[in-house]
Amino acid sequence: MAGKSKVIVINEKDNVATAIVPLKAGSRVFVETQGRKERINLLSPIAMGHKFALQEIAKGADVIKYGEPIGQTTAPISRGEHVHVHNVVSHRGRKGGA
Amino acid sequence: MNFQGYRRPNGKAGVRNHVLVIPSVVCSQGAAEAITRNVKGAVYLPNVFGCAQVGNDREQTKRTLAGFGTNPNVFAVLVVGNGCENLPAKEVAEAIAPIGKRVEFIEIQEVGGTKKTIAKGKRIIKEMLADAAALPREPIPLSEIILATECGGSDYTSGLASNPALGAASDLLVEAGGTVILSETTELIGAEHLLARRARTEEIGKQVLDLIAWWEKEAIATGQDIRGANPAPGNIAGGITTIEEKSLGCIYKGGTKTLEEVIPYAFPPTKKGLILMDTPGHDIDQLTGMMAGGAQIAVFTTGRGTPTGSPIAPVIKISGNAETARKMKDNIDLNVNQVLQGKETVKEAGKRVFDEMIAVASGKLSKAEKLGQRDFCIFKIGLNF
Repeated sequence: MAGKSKVIVINEKDNVATAIVPLKAGSRVFVETQGRKERINLLSPIAMGHKFALQEIAKGADVIKYGEPIGQTTAPISRGEHVHVHNVVSHRGRKGGA
Repeated sequence: MNFQGYRRPNGKAGVRNHVLVIPSVVCSQGAAEAITRNVKGAVYLPNVFGCAQVGNDREQTKRTLAGFGTNPNVFAVLVVGNGCENLPAKEVAEAIAPIGKRVEFIEIQEVGGTKKTIAKGKRIIKEMLADAAALPREPIPLSEIILATECGGSDYTSGLASNPALGAASDLLVEAGGTVILSETTELIGAEHLLARRARTEEIGKQVLDLIAWWEKEAIATGQDIRGANPAPGNIAGGITTIEEKSLGCIYKGGTKTLEEVIPYAFPPTKKGLILMDTPGHDIDQLTGMMAGGAQIAVFTTGRGTPTGSPIAPVIKISGNAETARKMKDNIDLNVNQVLQGKETVKEAGKRVFDEMIAVASGKLSKAEKLGQRDFCIFKIGLNF
């Protein structure tokens, strides 16, 4: 959680980051993960508090935040793409995956 | 470490000294409200149940009402009934009486109408208030605090700032020998394995997993989609995608200590340290359950902002969302946004939360108390017949 960062990666296992300021599509952000600084080009606008992918995530794969799975993707997600209810589903507390 | 509190006849200690009027049934709620109207130091419970209930459902309503009466924040109790309800005022009063504080009951049918009931009720609580005013605060060890933890109106800041800060405060209280209640079982879905791992015994860990399995099965049995309720629309707008994400952020508020016990709704903890009470995710249902279980104070984290308060206890509101803390400054007691800015560590913010809790326990009014916010809602588990 460094000083001027615009994004937070909570756990080094995470494959998503959280924006702590609104970010525009096409903008570049620097993300510190696993001790490395990486540059990511944002493919979608990311509202404050929303998440984007740190890497390609295959369809049906786990989305990891806090080092734990928070749901599964319903479509392949590209690095820098918005990750939210339109491409992630939870299978907990309900039938099937529709 | 001490706080300044009120010692009760049964040895327990409170952080407030209320005279409480309990309507045993919805029919006497109006009279109960009128008895306490404009009377400083007296509060009533807006109870909408107490009749046409059977079995466990009736038992849970009775236990919750009586639990508010026995809560050490309450000096004395007047129970008001109508007279023909299936949860009589006398029965609620008798459930409170053994702990040794003054308890009276009156019934509208027996006294002879609402006006006479209000007049008689006002006379009784005036006596109680005079006695309450004579009781001074005294130093009480922090180990006697039972802290209710809660989060509501969560957004991404809840899991990153306010819940971790509350968790650090929870750890400080457990280290001081006190008790912390974590609740909202449905909001452990996806994080239950982490809590179960911290259980004192394998059996307690299994209880955690069984509870989650039960709630999940119930949610599926409705044929509906839990996503319609949890995460709530405001959670989703705030960046929370799934129940698991909400839960993983939520669980931080209980801190990092060993889970000592799992207790049912509105039951008192029998152990010190971290306790899990089985409640729904509904904010007021769970707050009510924890207060009925004997919690004297609550710390409530919020991202989107909520006004929640309790009739008998201070509810301290903390937020990691700077905009919410600014826009709803009449509701939010502490802003912990500095954690997100990297200007304050979670531990430092936790110490601020802990210090505020001690100040409020010792008499400083929380914002929800200043606003007169007195929410009360019993977790209903059966039909009215």
